[in-house]
Amino acid sequence: MLHPVPRLRETPSQTAGPYVHIGMTPNFADIRGVYASDLGASMLTPDTAGERIIITGRVIDGAGVPVGDAVVELWQADSNGSYAAPMGPGSNVAPAFTGWGRQPTDADGVFSFETIKPGPVPGPDGRPMAPHVALWIVARGINIGLQTRLYFADEADANATDWVLGKIADPLRRATLIAHREDGAPPRYVLDIYLQGDRETVFFDV
Amino acid sequence: MSGIILPGADGVLFPRDRAWHPPANTPGYKSATFRAPRNSLLSLGGTASELTGPTFGHSSLNALDNDLIRNYSQDGTEAIGQRLIVYGQVLDENARAVPNTLVEFWQANAGGRYRHKKEGYLAPLDRNFGGCGRAITDADGFYSFRTIKPGAYPWPNGGNDWRPAHIHFSVFGHAFAQRLITQMYFEGDPMIWQCPIVGTIPDKAAIDQLIARLDRHNTTPMDALAYRFDIVLRGRRSTMFENKLEGN
Ligand SMILES: [Fe+2]
Repeated sequence: MLHPVPRLRETPSQTAGPYVHIGMTPNFADIRGVYASDLGASMLTPDTAGERIIITGRVIDGAGVPVGDAVVELWQADSNGSYAAPMGPGSNVAPAFTGWGRQPTDADGVFSFETIKPGPVPGPDGRPMAPHVALWIVARGINIGLQTRLYFADEADANATDWVLGKIADPLRRATLIAHREDGAPPRYVLDIYLQGDRETVFFDV
Repeated sequence: MSGIILPGADGVLFPRDRAWHPPANTPGYKSATFRAPRNSLLSLGGTASELTGPTFGHSSLNALDNDLIRNYSQDGTEAIGQRLIVYGQVLDENARAVPNTLVEFWQANAGGRYRHKKEGYLAPLDRNFGGCGRAITDADGFYSFRTIKPGAYPWPNGGNDWRPAHIHFSVFGHAFAQRLITQMYFEGDPMIWQCPIVGTIPDKAAIDQLIARLDRHNTTPMDALAYRFDIVLRGRRSTMFENKLEGN
């Protein structure tokens, strides 16, 4: 039996600081002309298959104040439950859906992604996990990026047997990961992320 | 590097050594006070959702993306400051190069001033300096960019705290669980050891990993000094398919 051990130590994390928008969403930060558009600002192409949805919410700190200097990244499967294959070094052809998006929070702490509803992905036990997106949140005051997930309230049956949600015994804690649906065209799934406090979001060590 | 990733295989990445990283709540760095989660993290071990991640083609970059001296030029002239080449290798914990991964960087100008509407430091803006750039690592995991040395700057934390000169980095790797943001410092800067943000990292050996080394060998004569900053991302415990063939 081989028991591999790491040969190098991971580079330690540091906070993204107050000006993460300069580096990750410069057009949003009014630094124009360096990049044609902010990376990850648009997830959809006309060829993207699947149900159009909006995923939105606020990032809120432990004092109840909206966090206006955060960046939220989203990673998800396509409508069939497949993650995009890695792009090669010379690749010129972007897939119809990369599954990755990045949005800044605005002064009210609001982030918003126009995307598609993901399909179910196999879990560690071989059974499908409930449809979900992975989220990663960085900002001033966050010393290491926070990993969490967003699930969909209208997938109640799938959520009830989900491998990850099943690890959270407290129903109030579990509810911090489940976005409620607002009908519309497209429908909106809304989830506020609480960094701290009574409604603190469940964050993961992934 | 295209092993087969088994969806949901537990422990496919080495577990993150949380004691090597800053904790969430760090009283010396006050911004963390209301932004640090208080509950412990829920350990997942990694499913397909964390063991995959976005990748970016080299064609998505422009020629000046890795040249902060020129990529925001308004009048055709270059940014003001000490000219630098910053380069390094992105590796994983197995000491394997991480090719074709996106590295982003952002920084203050030579006077320590950020181009941001909330920035209040009195040092002037440089109209030809935006402060952001990006690169994709080559087949051997190397990135490089040209920039100017950022200035130190004061910030509201303890009354008279100053940041050492630093460059912010964002690195992707090939799995969403490898995602990393950090800051690079400059060899020999005494202010590193007085900084409350540097001080969020408990272990001096970990801080040392954030200090770029002056590299005279890669200096461009009569033009730019060079600093080398290598970055280590989490590694896979095994490349599943190869090891299976070996009966692991
Ligand atoms: Fe900074």
